[in-house]
Amino acid sequence: MSAKRYAMAVDTRTCVGCTACVIACKTENDLPDGYARNWITEIATGTFPSLDLTIRSERCNHCDDAPCVAVCPTGASWIGPGGIVLVDPDKCTGCKACIAACPYDARFVDPRTGTVDKCTFCVHRVENGTPTTACQDICPTESIHFGDLNDSDSDIARVLRTREHYTLLPDAGTTPRHYYLK
Amino acid sequence: MRRREFIRISSYGLGGAALLGGVTTDWFHLYGGTLPNPLTNGDRVVPTFCELCFWKCGVLAHVKDGRVTKLQGNPKDPLSRGHLCPRGTGGTGLLYDPDRLKKPLVRVDRRGSQEFEEVSWDDALNVVAENFLKIKEEYGPEAVALFSHGYGGSWMNHLFRAWGSPNVAAPSYAQCRGPRDVAFDLTFGSGVGSPERTDIRNTKCLVLIGSHLGENMHNTQVQDFAHALRNDADLIVLDPRQSVAASKATHWLPVKPGSDLAILLAWMNVLVTEELYDREYLELYAYGFEQLRDHVKPFTPEWAYPRTGIEPELIRHTARMMGAARPATLIHPGRHVTWYGNDTQRLRAIAILNALLGSWGRMGGFYVPASVSIPPYEYPALEDEGLAPADKPSPSDYPLADEVLAQGVCDATIPGVRGVPSIRAWMVYGTNLPSSLPEPAKTYEAIQALDFLVAVDVLPAEITGWADVVLPEATYLERCDEPFAPSYREPYVTVRQEVVPPMYDSKPGWWIARELGLKLGLPSFFPWKDAQEYAEARLKPLGFDCETLQREGIVMGERQPIYFEEGAVPTFWTDSGKIELYSQKLAAAGFDPMPTWHAEDIEDPPPGYYRLLFGRAPMHTFGRTTNNKLLLETGPENAVWVNTEVARAWGLKDGERIHLKNQDDVTSTFTAPVKVTERIRPDCVYVVHGFGHDTKKLRRAYGRGLNDSELVTRTKVDPIMGGTGMNVNFVTFVRPDAVADASEPDTVEGAVAEEVAS
Repeated sequence: MSAKRYAMAVDTRTCVGCTACVIACKTENDLPDGYARNWITEIATGTFPSLDLTIRSERCNHCDDAPCVAVCPTGASWIGPGGIVLVDPDKCTGCKACIAACPYDARFVDPRTGTVDKCTFCVHRVENGTPTTACQDICPTESIHFGDLNDSDSDIARVLRTREHYTLLPDAGTTPRHYYLK
Repeated sequence: MRRREFIRISSYGLGGAALLGGVTTDWFHLYGGTLPNPLTNGDRVVPTFCELCFWKCGVLAHVKDGRVTKLQGNPKDPLSRGHLCPRGTGGTGLLYDPDRLKKPLVRVDRRGSQEFEEVSWDDALNVVAENFLKIKEEYGPEAVALFSHGYGGSWMNHLFRAWGSPNVAAPSYAQCRGPRDVAFDLTFGSGVGSPERTDIRNTKCLVLIGSHLGENMHNTQVQDFAHALRNDADLIVLDPRQSVAASKATHWLPVKPGSDLAILLAWMNVLVTEELYDREYLELYAYGFEQLRDHVKPFTPEWAYPRTGIEPELIRHTARMMGAARPATLIHPGRHVTWYGNDTQRLRAIAILNALLGSWGRMGGFYVPASVSIPPYEYPALEDEGLAPADKPSPSDYPLADEVLAQGVCDATIPGVRGVPSIRAWMVYGTNLPSSLPEPAKTYEAIQALDFLVAVDVLPAEITGWADVVLPEATYLERCDEPFAPSYREPYVTVRQEVVPPMYDSKPGWWIARELGLKLGLPSFFPWKDAQEYAEARLKPLGFDCETLQREGIVMGERQPIYFEEGAVPTFWTDSGKIELYSQKLAAAGFDPMPTWHAEDIEDPPPGYYRLLFGRAPMHTFGRTTNNKLLLETGPENAVWVNTEVARAWGLKDGERIHLKNQDDVTSTFTAPVKVTERIRPDCVYVVHGFGHDTKKLRRAYGRGLNDSELVTRTKVDPIMGGTGMNVNFVTFVRPDAVADASEPDTVEGAVAEEVAS
């Protein structure tokens, strides 16, 4: 069995920023009130009426060179199956070094536990027979693609082969595995 | 410029390199950490359908240890297709809202004081029955009116049919979709229905007239909208605001508010003069083409330009796009269309444009829907059927209204408006009338004049505060309702089921209607013992396997042809039996038989004022969701969209809180932050409807954002069917320090948090 390399791509052409992904993540992962693992970014540019609006569903980028993992003093931030960046709450002391290191502001301290929390690419689903993440599953516009990059027949490999795409803050050198389709 | 400069767009080559460049080690347990698992999967999963809005998407509800943990789309359901909008996803926020109505309440102080006593169901229903019967004896059953909204309202409608009152109204008609339904009926002989028969999925050119799909979140339509975008369909959006849909458009036409009809007429002009219409289709099916051809001659794009602000060449170009894509061109009829009082004529223009392009009945236009026909339950014949409702000043007014006008029933309640009021009592089911009807002062006047008011709802709202009796209904996740078999692409039946038992002392609508019906002496109309027995009585004769229906949530019927080209029969239920470009019915009633431009229809805002426009946010349904903990996280309040230039002139800063004051000197009770943006014309402002609740019973929603309904003190009523045009109000900005007695919302979050914790 060859190893998996999970990745996600959000189609900015069809994403309407409805936030179903945010709510679905909250209920799927039983998140605390006031905190979310994903969010919508809207960027409006131009002058009326020549305008451009970009809408993105964003979350942890599950970077190949994850600074959060590198800085974690206890090994709580780790690289799990398929390259998913995870936090082991049993090892996390809530020191927040990872929060400071993350260029994407993708982490928060769960006030219920005092430990750091973030997007898990729904590892409990995708490693247990449900191939979709909760945000992907709910998305009315089917704008969220997810899967194994090492499987060239996968939807994610296909869209990244055929569609122009970009990553956020490439200059940060983190090599994200979360892409945005133009 | 297409994107922010800092975003470096990777080429195909770079993207490919990234795919290959990673480490290929087996990651699994590289550091040996524990895999997280939130354990939110249900020990049972119950299919049902949603009621966070009124689209009725199929839901799978996960129940764990008796608690609903999460809601997902039912993949078998033709409307949700396994996906939900944010509202449907956040339905548990309604179920577990600590502010829910929990016990039947009877008012103990003056009306509106919000002072109630908790009573038993029997006592509460006795009070309702006594009052209804007393009014019936004195004034007849028709003096009791029902206002309802939502699918559960069908039980109350049945009760009122049995009771004998024709005064059953829903603000979803004259305050929302009525002009559209009348206009399409006049043109094609049938309406567009709900879910609308629009074939957005297969369209090659989608034209939106103020319709903001993506913010207006009717699930299937938004799914199909995304599908059309993926198929590279052309998208033309007419909107004074750069909506999300407009931001994805091939062409966004930032039309001057109120002038949409001028663009529609100019589009007709181009289609006709350049012969871009579907000649064969019109010859076969249409009536009045010659009259229309002559009629639209003067409405050139050059004529439209000064009225709309849209360049003639852009009008021509977009008309040609529509012509090139026909018949797979869809000029979407929208849904909330009561804007300017000439709405039926504007929607007639939309219908006629579709007819010119041959899109009605064709793939990529409007399909021909089919439904599973479930015979009605056999009840005794009614006496006194055919009693006229009291919603119109005289029978000759609004001659083409085909549903009861909610604002008219309100008028018939106010002493003096029509002489002695003919309506003495209301039941209000699931609609917060001070916000769903325009001119809230009139609504409150009517309420004060009532002999009796009973409200049935899930959550408190302004209206329940004014009721004499409040009946707490169970949420959609705690009750059965009528089976749902919509007219759609494919016929199917779905059921709403009790996912978890009703919390507190709430009861399902069927139970409330039945118990009240028995107390009102109408047992023959409630022979079934519960909603399930009722549903089985209707479905079993059709050979439906009710167990499968309960287990799967859905039973599909047989797919019928849905396009003329695949065998659907073109049938037009108009007087001429054809598509009426020229409406004989409108002519006979003294209205323009073809839509035309009346400059006097549209008034410009006075200096220093801006037209108030309102719309939807994807995570909210009016004011019904603004107390939902989950949905407030992504939509915490509304904002006042103000054009950058206007904001500069007023010295308004982004995020600064302001009141709005309208032309009648009515100032919003609460404030909202200014959103300084290029995404709106300078002659209007925009807010999302549903915020600014002033009842403290909604502890999260109270004082969040401002309430546009307060500012709709003026309407322009559509003479054809009585729709209340509401985009005719103008507002200006007032800073909080300039407002005397401004209400400062108290902090009530703490109290909510305490109750949730306990």
